[in-house]
Amino acid sequence: MPDTGKTGGSRFSKTEFAERKERVQNLARWLFFAMAIAMIIPLLAIVAYLLVKAWPSLSLEFVLDVPRKGMTEGGVWPAFVGTVYLVFISLAVATPIGVLAAVYLNEYAKDNWLNRTINLAVINLAGVPSIVHALFGLGAFVYAARFGYSILSASLTLAIMTLPVIIASTREALASVPMAFREACWNVGATRWQTIRSIVLPNSTSGILTGVILQVSRAAGETAPIMFTGAVFYKAIERGDIFAYRLNEQCMALSMHLYTMATQVPNVDESVPYATAIVLLGSVLLVNASAIAFRAWLRSRKKW
Amino acid sequence: MPPGEKISVQNLRLSYGSKEVLHGISFTVAENEILGVIGPAQSGKSTLLRCLNRTIDFVPDARVSGTILLDGRDIRSRIDVYELRRSIGMVAPLPVGLPLTIYDNVAFAPRAAGLKNRQDLDEIVERCLRQAALWDEVKDRLNSLGTKLSGGQQQRLTIARALSHEPEVLCLDEFSIAIDPVTTMRIEDVLKELRREITIILVTNLTQQARRLADRTMFLFKGEIVELDRNDVIFSDNPASQMTYDYVNGIYG
Amino acid sequence: MIGEKLLELVIRFSGISAILFVLAIFLFVFREALPVLTSEKFSVIQFFTSIEWYPTSVNNVRYGTLALIAGTFSVTLLAMAFAVPLGLGGAIFLSEFCGPKLRETLKIVIELLAAIPSVVWGFIGLTVMSRIIVKYTSAPVGVNMLNGAIILALMAVPIIVSIGEDALKAVPDAYREAGQALGATKWQLVYRVLLPAAKNGLLAAVLLGVGRAVGETMAVLMATGHAVHIPHGILDSIRTLTANIAAELGEAPVGSEHYRVLFLTGVLLFTITFLVNLGADLVIRGVRRK
Repeated sequence: MPDTGKTGGSRFSKTEFAERKERVQNLARWLFFAMAIAMIIPLLAIVAYLLVKAWPSLSLEFVLDVPRKGMTEGGVWPAFVGTVYLVFISLAVATPIGVLAAVYLNEYAKDNWLNRTINLAVINLAGVPSIVHALFGLGAFVYAARFGYSILSASLTLAIMTLPVIIASTREALASVPMAFREACWNVGATRWQTIRSIVLPNSTSGILTGVILQVSRAAGETAPIMFTGAVFYKAIERGDIFAYRLNEQCMALSMHLYTMATQVPNVDESVPYATAIVLLGSVLLVNASAIAFRAWLRSRKKW
Repeated sequence: MPPGEKISVQNLRLSYGSKEVLHGISFTVAENEILGVIGPAQSGKSTLLRCLNRTIDFVPDARVSGTILLDGRDIRSRIDVYELRRSIGMVAPLPVGLPLTIYDNVAFAPRAAGLKNRQDLDEIVERCLRQAALWDEVKDRLNSLGTKLSGGQQQRLTIARALSHEPEVLCLDEFSIAIDPVTTMRIEDVLKELRREITIILVTNLTQQARRLADRTMFLFKGEIVELDRNDVIFSDNPASQMTYDYVNGIYG
Repeated sequence: MIGEKLLELVIRFSGISAILFVLAIFLFVFREALPVLTSEKFSVIQFFTSIEWYPTSVNNVRYGTLALIAGTFSVTLLAMAFAVPLGLGGAIFLSEFCGPKLRETLKIVIELLAAIPSVVWGFIGLTVMSRIIVKYTSAPVGVNMLNGAIILALMAVPIIVSIGEDALKAVPDAYREAGQALGATKWQLVYRVLLPAAKNGLLAAVLLGVGRAVGETMAVLMATGHAVHIPHGILDSIRTLTANIAAELGEAPVGSEHYRVLFLTGVLLFTITFLVNLGADLVIRGVRRK
């Protein structure tokens, strides 16, 4: 019988070497688990802390009411509506361009220098710092295009900022449609566009939509790009008024409002900025979570 | 071009990037015959089919030279490539039910060609599904998804779709690779029926399938035609090439 | 057919528009900055090498961005010191050590973490983090480099985790099976097989994290304090290139030299992030080619 190691015992008992290997393995598992947990703890702790601090001011009334007494009291309605305006106008501009660009890149583009350049451009567009987008919006829309400080300028700036992410998520959705479907269509004499319209787009709409919803939450949180192009500290509108702003006017925005409340307004009740943060964070996470749920539901009813 | 010749391929060369896959092959296919194409993987069989209906145009770095004549006309000179593709039916190795209803799967090609009349479409759908021996199984659920059918049913659906644009030539690329023997036999029966009306090119990994169905068989190896002859020669004890004999008898490949 | 051709033209143009937008961003920002380059009070050498940033001084304006550059890089570096081990560790855990259910949950959490707006992170830095820092360190004020770095790290971790996980997933399963067949433990597998095989993808993940940290504005504006100087320790207040623009653009008169210099720092930022992202892209491309 061959030697089974220093521990003796039966042929299959663990050797010291095997035990050490296992200990390292377990240690590594726990170490990495701790690292993963280190990501969750902050999220929960932060949300909990913000909630506790915000509690005195938090109510539905806080969302619907307008700021009062030099913004030290009241609610966030003008900022909330402003954010909704900015997000929807920017997405109305960015979605068609982004989706078409993704269709081009995924369905039409061959591997040549032009399309490599486009890819590079998309990647770099995604990496441009938000404050540089702000400078661009100021130079291009506010001054060069003479849109002035307005919802239009701010929305267009946001639109260009969200464009690369819409392109990326749409491409992913398009790429998830198997190549075999396209080939089957081409084989029976369908044109590229017929293939895209009847097979590719219908089967990726939901994925594209998820990407756009996720973009709603990103655009809602942006501050720097709108700070110098169309968002203001304060604007008086009616409580609960939905049609408060025009395209060529400036507006308040939740993200900007939070920055203002946190850094510029003196003598404000401590819970007000926290409550503003909760409204912003809550809206963003809610939209985000619904997009994630939507995506999960879609995956469960895939057609192939 | 002699009468009775459906397809004539002359000195067809094809390369993907710098790698040449077909090294200048020439052959003809007669009207209403079944031409079997056999050969090991990577010998250019599927690529050859892609050249026929010009879906090779969709492959970014593919370069083609040589001529392919269909009914004596160069396929490159065709202005309407979509019409060309409709005159050639193509069945891929793996069954592809499009994520549409069974009805829409079959009606897809006629619709793409501009046919809108519901009655005509109904007729085409029924005829093609019957031809593909699928009608009886699906006639009560034409509105359910084509992708939910079994593999064998989907392959017959694919054949029905390939017939829906009334092709003059039907190309099948290893159609039995993903389906069971019983379904394979059923489809082979379908092909025997179809040969009366159309020309069939049958690329297959099963040499015995070519032996059963084809009039002539081509042995393609590494992008060159080793031998192309009537079946009673190819599958005899003394084909022209020793390689053919070895391959057909399972000694090589 | 004509309609289809027209549509394909629109699609093609949309694709190309991405290039136009990048060019437009550079051109418009550069156009606003251009006049200052010829001004006699401005020198390019001073712009890059001087630590003196006195844009509003009445009789001796100086536009040196060295302190701001140092601020940006020091806070980014410190943030990466926190984020890289956490992010890569998280990525390894997700792709190699955890079960599918936990993985799905964690990925959702990471996605939500990535969705928190930067202004909320800045607010957290300003309120929560600064109090913690004052309490546990000797720092006189809580808004400083350490604060900014922690916030930036929390913001960069989700990116590093998700892209790092993709990189690890891209390693063929055959490698894992071969390793396990040789009797390697998970840890040996990670250390000796997966990390070397995925190193380019992981590097790209880190670079994209760096890109995000360098370009981040609101969080560092609110969390790092506002001292324009070369930091001597991690408890010093600093100011970054991005925060500087955000803080001063509102007060600089339109068309003034100060205003144009701020645009010039924008060009500088654009260039830095462009290079970082280009690097990440090249690294990722290298991975794909293999």
